[in-house]
Amino acid sequence: MDITRLIIVAVGGQGNLLSSRVLGEAALLSGVPVRMSEIHGMAQRGGVVESAIVFGDAESTIISDGEADLLVGFEPSETLRALNKCNSKTVVITNLSPLPPFTVAIGKGKYPDLNKVQELIRAKTSKLIAFDAVALAKEAGNVLGVNMVLLGALAQTGILPLAVDNIKETISTRTKKAFAEVNLKAFDLGFAAAGIA
Amino acid sequence: MHKLLTDDPGQKMLLLGNEAIARGAIEAGVAFATTYPGTPSSEISLNLFEISQESDLYFEYSTNEKVALEVAAAAANSGLRTFCMMKHVGVNVAADPLMTLAYVGVKGGLVILTADDPFMFSSQNEQDNRYYAKLSGLPMIEPSSVDEAKELIPYAFDLSEKLQEPVLFRTTTRVNHSTGVVTLGKMRPRVTKGGFGKDPFNYVTVPAISRKLHVKLLKNIEKAEELSEKSEYNFTKGDGKWGIICNGVSYNYAADAVTELNLSEKVKILRIGFSHPMPKQKITNFLKGCEKALVIEEGEPYMEEAVRAFAQEAGLTLPIKGKDKELFSQLYEFDPAMVRGKIAKYFGLPYTPPAVVNLSDVPEIPQRPPNLCAGCSHRATFYEIRRAAKELGMPTIHPTDIGCYTLGFMPPLSMGDFLICMGSSVSTSCGFSKATDKKVISFIGDSTFFHSGITGLVNAIYNNHNFTLVILENGITAMTGHQPHPGVDMANFSLSGYGRISIEELVKGLGVKHITLIKPYRVEKSVEAIKEALNYKGVSVIISQEMCTLYAKSLKKLKARPFYVSDKCKNHRDCINEIGCPAFFIEGEKVRIDPVSCVGCMLCAQICPEKAILPVKSEK
Ligand code: SF4
Repeated sequence: MDITRLIIVAVGGQGNLLSSRVLGEAALLSGVPVRMSEIHGMAQRGGVVESAIVFGDAESTIISDGEADLLVGFEPSETLRALNKCNSKTVVITNLSPLPPFTVAIGKGKYPDLNKVQELIRAKTSKLIAFDAVALAKEAGNVLGVNMVLLGALAQTGILPLAVDNIKETISTRTKKAFAEVNLKAFDLGFAAAGIA
Repeated sequence: MHKLLTDDPGQKMLLLGNEAIARGAIEAGVAFATTYPGTPSSEISLNLFEISQESDLYFEYSTNEKVALEVAAAAANSGLRTFCMMKHVGVNVAADPLMTLAYVGVKGGLVILTADDPFMFSSQNEQDNRYYAKLSGLPMIEPSSVDEAKELIPYAFDLSEKLQEPVLFRTTTRVNHSTGVVTLGKMRPRVTKGGFGKDPFNYVTVPAISRKLHVKLLKNIEKAEELSEKSEYNFTKGDGKWGIICNGVSYNYAADAVTELNLSEKVKILRIGFSHPMPKQKITNFLKGCEKALVIEEGEPYMEEAVRAFAQEAGLTLPIKGKDKELFSQLYEFDPAMVRGKIAKYFGLPYTPPAVVNLSDVPEIPQRPPNLCAGCSHRATFYEIRRAAKELGMPTIHPTDIGCYTLGFMPPLSMGDFLICMGSSVSTSCGFSKATDKKVISFIGDSTFFHSGITGLVNAIYNNHNFTLVILENGITAMTGHQPHPGVDMANFSLSGYGRISIEELVKGLGVKHITLIKPYRVEKSVEAIKEALNYKGVSVIISQEMCTLYAKSLKKLKARPFYVSDKCKNHRDCINEIGCPAFFIEGEKVRIDPVSCVGCMLCAQICPEKAILPVKSEK
């Protein structure tokens, strides 16, 4: 089976580990081989969390520079920072709502201009899908649903070897009951947004 | 029921490497488990801790790795299947019992897991613990993947019982923290009560007995080598005149490279999963069929040295390479494209590396280093110590230790000048205070103090040193994910039947004459008390008591009362520049506080010269 490589980057606390978990479970449900890895050493202390998910017939659980087919960024400057994982054929999805790192507040560095971020990514990769996922998560009823919004957008690209229904089924069975409905709504909003972005 | 207790052989489950290892232990019928938490091993014990609360598995968080291994050694010598897990540097702490336990051996299976951390994602060094197998003479098992890790744990237990020796089980971060699909196997019933057959002439390691036991160990190594030769985990894949010898995750990268470079007819791979003793005959036979061989292993040239020696002994002259300026480094972790590129290079194949996008015009992106949480009590303590020392005009040196508070070494707090290992803050303070004229103020967390700070403090009292030790007592082992330690109130875990040690009483008992308790969120009071402690000649101890904010939040013991910056603010920015709390941000040149992250510790409110930082509720 062909190999699809996905990188997800986020800031600790944004819930990207749950989204990779959902994708992994959906792959298991669909009978698609899946391997993932994550680096979350001090994620709870505000660092970057990176997950790699490899679908298809591969043994490796990590993804080298330039080898991601898909990059999903939960935070715009982190999406830009992860551009080294991309090549000219990579499809990139990013949330546009920034979480400036603390270094900016203490005057060590300047947060990149959001238009410039999009321009750069667009010029270097095959496609950029960019929108404010936080706004959509709020619309769905939970600001913390950014991960589900972005999963929706990811599903919309059709690049993953997973049926949309299997992802949705996993969301309803694997996320907390109280949130399942809101999560599915967030997923749908992200799906729709990616269609027009 | 805990998901790892699911009794449904054949069921497929998506598991984190560390969960798979814990499941492997359950399938192996492990009855007794000990650990000291350390990344990347922590989730194994976390799961076993949970499982022990709903089964007859005995599990303990031991004070440190040496203690964990000694507790385990007794259980295993009473016949129980025993699992002892730690991070790679933990084995240094446990090395003393390890070396002689190898002489003594075990009755019930004992597997000692070492979680190595190439690239040092969360460690102070990237030592290669395969050499501990060589040093101790114990067998070593190394999985390549998550599912294999689960499978190999019962294998390692069987091996341990067959040889009556502990078995070392080495993982790397990319096994511990990868996730994969695992097929559940049968669970062997736990045998939780053992018996100890007295046999002092084999157990009490006085010289005359150890001389005999060393002979036994050498015989055992021979037996282990036979098993390694026959082991299905030292297997060959593919066929061809070029050979690759690899282990662990390097195998995954090599196997993928062979597929991607279309080499399955040219290259054969020998994967070593039973890596001590190395299967000499298997390797020699493998080399005999090769024109050229490449050894792919992260870390040190452990296999390469052995492979070269075997070739030499067999009079084989084929080229063998591994660690080399042009090929593989001893540094950091490997990745699939890098391994693919080196394989192509060594065997002279055309290869185009992945076309990474051109990054030359990407502006510098501000760094996002980890930071102490908003409201972390360590931040308040660090600020107060710095201010007290400054007001006393004391030039200082700050030995620090391992925990969240290590992050205090970064500006703007800049509290941390020297760190080598767990517990080193206390003992290096002894050295610095004698060797220099500076005031030494060192930092250690509560869990680390129990782990290996106490002996340093005993030394300081006995040798009459002169420094101030700050014990950051936040009631939990925070950094590795909130595990308990001997000073923790186990009621927080809804558990009873544990003892609890008061750090204050302990320090008093050790003979410390000047002990100060502070509540770090009370700034002025703390600064005054700290000054007094700093002026004391001799060993003074400050115990800063405040529960870890993140933990308190998770226990619902802390209700956030966020603050905001009112228009009294004159933009001095003392708040941001002095304490560096991540709840602050700048919006249009104005200082703001993120109400979601702020917990209301009030540190900033107390140091703001304009008293401009106020609780949100008073906002009009
Ligand atoms: S986890 Fe606790 S000790 Fe660690 S930085 Fe956060 S509040 Fe501080």
